[in-house]
Amino acid sequence: MQPSYQNTGNVDTRSGFGEGLSQLGQTNPRVVALCADLTGSLKMSHFKTEFPNRFFQVGIAEANMMGIAAGLTIGGWIPFTGTFANFSTGRVYDQIRQSIAYSGKNVKICASHAGITLGEDGATHQILEDIGLMKMLPGMTVINPCDFNQTKTATMAIAEHQGPVYLRFGRPKVPNFTTPDLGFEIGKGILLESGKDITIVATGHLVWEALLAREILNTKGISAEIINIHTIKPIDEQMILDSVQKTKCIITAEEHNYHGGLGETVARILSKKYPVIQDYIATQDTFGESGNPAELMKKYGLSSENIVNKSIDLIKRK
Amino acid sequence: MSKPHRLDENVIQTRRDIVRMVHGAKSGHPGGSLGCTEFFVTLFQNHMNYQLPFEMDGIGQDVFFLSNGHISPVFYSVLARSGFFPIKELATFRKINSRLQGHPTTHEGLPGVRVASGSLGQGLSVAVGAALSKTLNQDPALVYALLGDGELQEGQNWEAIMFAAGNHVDNLIVTIDYNGQQIDGATQDVLPLGNLEEKFKSFGWRVLINHQGNDLHAVKEGLTKAVKHSNNSKPIVIIMKTEMGHGVDFMMHSHQWHGIAPNDQQLQLALDQNSPTSLGDY
Repeated sequence: MQPSYQNTGNVDTRSGFGEGLSQLGQTNPRVVALCADLTGSLKMSHFKTEFPNRFFQVGIAEANMMGIAAGLTIGGWIPFTGTFANFSTGRVYDQIRQSIAYSGKNVKICASHAGITLGEDGATHQILEDIGLMKMLPGMTVINPCDFNQTKTATMAIAEHQGPVYLRFGRPKVPNFTTPDLGFEIGKGILLESGKDITIVATGHLVWEALLAREILNTKGISAEIINIHTIKPIDEQMILDSVQKTKCIITAEEHNYHGGLGETVARILSKKYPVIQDYIATQDTFGESGNPAELMKKYGLSSENIVNKSIDLIKRK
Repeated sequence: MSKPHRLDENVIQTRRDIVRMVHGAKSGHPGGSLGCTEFFVTLFQNHMNYQLPFEMDGIGQDVFFLSNGHISPVFYSVLARSGFFPIKELATFRKINSRLQGHPTTHEGLPGVRVASGSLGQGLSVAVGAALSKTLNQDPALVYALLGDGELQEGQNWEAIMFAAGNHVDNLIVTIDYNGQQIDGATQDVLPLGNLEEKFKSFGWRVLINHQGNDLHAVKEGLTKAVKHSNNSKPIVIIMKTEMGHGVDFMMHSHQWHGIAPNDQQLQLALDQNSPTSLGDY
């Protein structure tokens, strides 16, 4: 079977953010950007060069960056903050909670190097808890796009959304496979492939792994439905419910701890509205370690092979 | 704005409001509130330029941020008596379904509040952001912020202090409520602040000292002087010496009244020291 989605080349999702931000610089004069000494890593250099009056280098001071961003909204600016996911969430949780979320400020928290694929820098920088931290904040929108194109369109879409947003993306070059003209609707899942035996709901870097898994499962006579959930909060409940009513089992796949991630959000919905058996592709309540992204994904079970194995096991339990 | 001759009366009425609100809620922070009464009355009734009804963006208006949110009683009293919301609403302080939360917030839409505060050390960063916003908007109005002195133990303040100087945020006037007290005791005993004047100077700020933060004329003079120094490449801080509990003798000279409510008898004593005014209680 020929897969419907083709990799048009490996690109990092953070570059999608950088391009989206630069485009916003042209199209939305109210967008401003702040960065905590990681302009190159966040791919914000172009915005900084093109729109120097709308760019603020805050230095290695993330708490202050979040507060300044909250203040910039007063007077109508739309601040995009940029630093690693670890320093965008855990380090500044109370600043986000009080000055941004509780205060209802229109800040876009843009977080690169999320998850284990940050790689060689190791566990101090590999946050696997950020989705949980952010989704627990009332009013916070949480988005984890899957490739370059989706990250770019998501970056542009969140500027139009009124309210705080957490946008999570990554460091490594990964397949770019969604179509650039697809657009981005916050809170709307994307049915990538239809199937009848199992639902695989994936977010971020795991979406491509899910598509690879589907091809392998297909050779074994298993038809998997693949849903890309880019918005973890608010989540597209209806798309997930429609799918499991057909397939009766579900796997969630994410580059995040199983505590607090996409899987738990899906389980909450299903346990209330349509209980089916579920399994989780996620890290198992552990910190990461140094290594290259591909090795780490494999070691921590964030792989197409693991999706295939768990799918086969889950279908047997139906 | 009220006429200057009524400011004294406003101060006394605000003190009455503070002790009555905290007594009514059986909780709250009277000490720091009383210590900043002259500052708030001056700022809102004899200094800042603003318009009503309140608008969040405050374009063309001076805006104020309270970082040490626990002194919400004085903030609420002065906001109400300056026309931001009905005075009778002060009776709902800290009670269920109220816009007057224990610590100030935008969440219930209380006019006059632009950001939530209470978790300490965050207000200065927000004020800096609002000052940058005014610069981007080519808005010549100023941004004011009040910080507690104990709150300066929070590291985020020093990130903001460094940023504001480095980026020449000179449309910002910060006041430090320098009362030397915090929950566990004197700041000198809990964690000494050192020489604040020299610290701010070494960070690149213009520092003004007001030794009489409980004197209306001295507060006005300090703020006026600060305005004259604005738009001159440096952020401005007024280190304002205040007396926690000022105006209620048994609440003064101690940290003990930082965060407790007076009982019925203590309320009466406090009110006896601040006679009813023509403005009337809420």
